[in-house]
Amino acid sequence: MGAQLRVYRSKIKSAQTTKKITRAMELISASRIQKAQTRVAQTTPYSRAITRAVSAVATYSNVDHPLTTEREKLDTAAIVIFTSDRGLAGAFSSSILKEAESLAELLRSEGKKVVYYLVGRKAVGYFSFRKRDSAKSWTGGTDQPVFETAKEIADAVVEAYNLDDEEGGVDEIHLVFNRFVSMVSQVPEVVRLLPLEIVEGEEPETNEVFPLYEFEPDAETVLDALLPIYVESRIFNAMLQSAAAEHAARQKAMKSASDNADNLIRDYTRLANNARQSEITQQISEIVGGADALASAK
Amino acid sequence: MASPLTVSVVSADQEIWSGEASMVIAKTVEGEIGILAGHEPMLAILASGEVRVNATGGERIVARADDGFLSVDNDVVTIVARDAELVK
Repeated sequence: MGAQLRVYRSKIKSAQTTKKITRAMELISASRIQKAQTRVAQTTPYSRAITRAVSAVATYSNVDHPLTTEREKLDTAAIVIFTSDRGLAGAFSSSILKEAESLAELLRSEGKKVVYYLVGRKAVGYFSFRKRDSAKSWTGGTDQPVFETAKEIADAVVEAYNLDDEEGGVDEIHLVFNRFVSMVSQVPEVVRLLPLEIVEGEEPETNEVFPLYEFEPDAETVLDALLPIYVESRIFNAMLQSAAAEHAARQKAMKSASDNADNLIRDYTRLANNARQSEITQQISEIVGGADALASAK
Repeated sequence: MASPLTVSVVSADQEIWSGEASMVIAKTVEGEIGILAGHEPMLAILASGEVRVNATGGERIVARADDGFLSVDNDVVTIVARDAELVK
């Protein structure tokens, strides 16, 4: 076998092996998207109920709660970045990190200090490679998030939010995560978690009597109890969205990798056939040439 | 008779029960409360314990709820708890 042919054959072989891996990952992700999506759908009633309740308290009562009111000077902002643990998911993690960087840039231009909370091994790797500090980080389980992690994150950020500036407290909390829009589209999203921005506040109709909410025991206690739950559920929702988006991104990336491997295999097979053919042609002409030489020598 | 209450019982990872009911009895931090149709809007913190729902069909649903709250608005009752499960 000629040298050129051997080179082509080994290239085909390696493309085939790669294709096997990418194909398997594509199938695994495809089967997990469904599950991740169901989990997002299952938690939606919970977060919707909480959001509605929180906006009800914030709209219909005039309690000055530290978590709902914007502080006079906003010095420090926290950004919670949700990436994945593993790569091979296309631009999934890098687009989130890019989004977080531009948010940090914006906050810095407003004169705020930025503190990072990282979720996922990719974000941690990105920060440690650049030797940058983060307040806290969580790794593991980004593709199948559990509520306990969400609670840990929520506790950490709420605690930092309640601290004073001198003790390393923060005045704002932002979440940056991938929202799962569809199988082919995941959009990086930035949400300001605290202080509250009630977006779902339903406007009371003008001709109706302003509904007077009764709070038990009282509005402040209700808010105190509700807000940590609200933060938890928002963070958990972000994690689930991000997990579903991760699977979708990985499926897409692996699908195009498999397609590329197919193309490579096809091209190299043609080249290998070509090489084999020309090798045979050469051998024939050598034999014919040799026979001719022997015949004329007689 | 007033229109029935629309009730949903929701936990952190799923909706446990939803449907129409004539009465909801829950235990808040201040004590037991019974909610009938036409109740004023209310938000209450639940004490851990049982929530009983008398469905319009005559069934009685009992759920255990921890760490949650109850909201009533326009005859829509939502019981939200981080951990909740149907007892029967």
